Amino acid sequence: MGTSIEATANATSGNGGTAPLGSALAERARPRAAAAARYQRIANEDRGTGGESLADFLGVFSIGLGLAQFLVPEAMSKICGIRDAEGNKGVMRALGAREISHGVAILSRQQPEKALWSRVAGDALDLALLGKTIANPENNRGRALFATANVLAVTALDVMAARTLSQQPRTIANEGADKGIIRTKRSLTINKSPEECYAFWHNFENLPRFMRHLESVSVTGERRSHWKAKAPAGATVEWDAETTEDRPNELIAWRSTEDAEVFNAGTVRFERAPGGRGTEVRIELEYKPPLGKLGSKVAMLFREEPGQQVMDDLRHFKQVMETGEILFSDATKQRGMHPAQPDDKPVQL
Amino acid sequence: MKATCWMGPQKMQVREVPDPQILNKRDAIVKITSTAICGSDLHLYNGFLPMMEPGDIMGHEFMGEVVEVGSGVNNLKVGDRVVVPFPIACGNCNACQAGAYSICENSNPNAYVAEKLLGHAASGIFGYSHLTGGFAGGQAEFARVPYADVGPLKVPEGLTDEQVLFLSDILPTGYMGAEMCGIKPGDTVAVWGCGPVGQFAIASAYLLGAERVIAIDRFKYRLDMAREKAGAITINYEEVDSVPDVLKDLTAGRGPDHCIDAVGVEGHSHGVLYAHDRMKQVLRMQPDRPIALREAIFSCASGGTVSVIGVYAGLIDKFPMNAVMNRSLTIKTGQCHVHRYMKPLLERIQKGEIDPTFIITHRMPLDQAAEGYRIFNDKLEHCEKVVLKA
Ligand SMILES: NC(=O)c1ccc[n+]([C@@H]2O[C@H](COP(=O)([O-])OP(=O)(O)OC[C@H]3O[C@@H](n4cnc5c(N)ncnc54)[C@H](O)[C@@H]3O)[C@@H](O)[C@H]2O)c1
Ligand SMILES: [Zn+2]
Ligand SMILES: [Zn+2]
Repeated sequence: MGTSIEATANATSGNGGTAPLGSALAERARPRAAAAARYQRIANEDRGTGGESLADFLGVFSIGLGLAQFLVPEAMSKICGIRDAEGNKGVMRALGAREISHGVAILSRQQPEKALWSRVAGDALDLALLGKTIANPENNRGRALFATANVLAVTALDVMAARTLSQQPRTIANEGADKGIIRTKRSLTINKSPEECYAFWHNFENLPRFMRHLESVSVTGERRSHWKAKAPAGATVEWDAETTEDRPNELIAWRSTEDAEVFNAGTVRFERAPGGRGTEVRIELEYKPPLGKLGSKVAMLFREEPGQQVMDDLRHFKQVMETGEILFSDATKQRGMHPAQPDDKPVQL
Repeated sequence: MKATCWMGPQKMQVREVPDPQILNKRDAIVKITSTAICGSDLHLYNGFLPMMEPGDIMGHEFMGEVVEVGSGVNNLKVGDRVVVPFPIACGNCNACQAGAYSICENSNPNAYVAEKLLGHAASGIFGYSHLTGGFAGGQAEFARVPYADVGPLKVPEGLTDEQVLFLSDILPTGYMGAEMCGIKPGDTVAVWGCGPVGQFAIASAYLLGAERVIAIDRFKYRLDMAREKAGAITINYEEVDSVPDVLKDLTAGRGPDHCIDAVGVEGHSHGVLYAHDRMKQVLRMQPDRPIALREAIFSCASGGTVSVIGVYAGLIDKFPMNAVMNRSLTIKTGQCHVHRYMKPLLERIQKGEIDPTFIITHRMPLDQAAEGYRIFNDKLEHCEKVVLKA
């Protein structure tokens, strides 16, 4: 109807082809080529985190199930159809402890694939025990069969997640891992214009307001800055950085200077979000912890999962931009576990 | 100050705790005059929602007098009498600006945990686990209110606490439940659960023009209230073989045009499916018992709306997606975007269109909160709603 498809075939598709994006559509309905190409690039590069979310779910599940087995072993035995609940308490408790440790290992990301495969082994043990239960005429077969069915279903999930994680595709996040470089990237939408986001970030002295591990950043030259980060046990790590690229309202890139003890580099991009949603902020970080003591301190800075730290920082950037400050709750104002209850020490604003 | 603390499942204690302080510029401290126990609190009480810690202060339905304001709050002053909405919302993010306050993008400091369980985080909520931010709640003598320039509603002269307290949660929640149905003249609405939320959903469905509202529960005194005060036709599900069949009959085969689930994770029933749900809940394989939800979907007229205001905590089994898909049902749901409804509902109260005090059956001093929980949870003494006076 109206617009011919061939008439608009041109080079804007970005992937070397000749047909425009959405060539089956009338021209008016097609996506803007440049924007679409930009998002396609992200889609091509970004492999996500593989089976991680299923792994997370199993982690939570493990802990829940484990707690129940641990805390109320008799009840759990009964539910599984085991007669001599009292005598089986020890076994149930042990199974519970195992579940909990699997859950914690999966969630804390210490080699999740290993934890998952050990879950699969654990499932096999459960199944063997349930098999024994069914065989024993003393026990309630209906219940035990039912429990078996549930364990079988979970086993299937475990195997699936373990498989996915073991063959997790190479992503930008683990690309340089063998060279000791840690890379990570995260993104978030902020309800402020690219101009406002850029301006705030461009003054590096603002960064400690939302990057919690930074103590201070001082601007020391036109393209130079001095960074000071908090390390565990009251120590600090310092380095100089230079701005390597600066495109107003679009992009800022920086890296540590040659002589810095800690190699690190970052890029932040600001792009207008569609439909008046503000700005899409994308940040990429790269760092190589040096060997030795200092290295482990730096690694601690970025916690186990560097992506988590970056995401926290981004979230705080969003809060500062949108609401003016970082919000605390009674529990999160304190370090470590704290109930949702005010603290008795006076609070420094 | 004194505060109601969660010390473990079914263990509530009123304890002496430190007074709240201003933690952010946009905070206010409110001296609480009235607060209530909600059905949502019962899910925490019974241990069905994750991430509670002993010592957590409970409560998200409260009102009182402003006694301190942070430097970033310009619209409130010491002495103002306010009702506080239960979701914590910044007013600045895209969600807040679209009026979806309960999915505020900035108000949950534990967003990264919530994201793991829900995919994306929702807003912070007072006294409602660390999953919604770890904020101390309002079943206490004082509470700290973040984003006080956005949430609290100033109460006009001449209205009592009891007339306006429920603007903090359940009146807007019931109203939103009915509003999500998109009621048209002639429509029949069915409401599962005659707790406080259900009662307000029934009343709101009438305010929004429903022809008929049918209410379902098993407690006679709650059904009586639904009929006498809110105007519903009532079904006691313990006295009928099949609720969907009765609903079909009442609507000559069509089914109710809209079905509201005001029950949530602790749905109750009989029979095999209930035993199965219950067992999986104990096994922590399924935190929820979605009994009312399944029934609502099953009963709803083809092309109708299932509005879910009962709270769900995790994964559910045996979800009749085939009915939803093949019969063109619409599911709408959410924690209530309370801020959006406070003013319009205050006006309805002032005009006498609804008197929310009809649900109050128990008034107790804050000291007796633990007893209040027990009575409300076990549905003793014909309890419908407990208001605590601090
Ligand atoms: N969406 C929100 O923002 C929001 C706000 C407040 C409360 N809630 C939720 O609303 C729900 C109700 O709260 P409430 O304060 O009225 O609690 P409530 O415990 O007083 O009421 C629940 C009622 O449901 C009834 N019920 C249980 N199983 C049933 C079934 N199969 N069929 C019909 N009725 C059944 C119970 O008998 C009870 O009367 C809770 O899940 C609560 O968490 C949601
Ligand atoms: Zn509530
Ligand atoms: Zn917000």
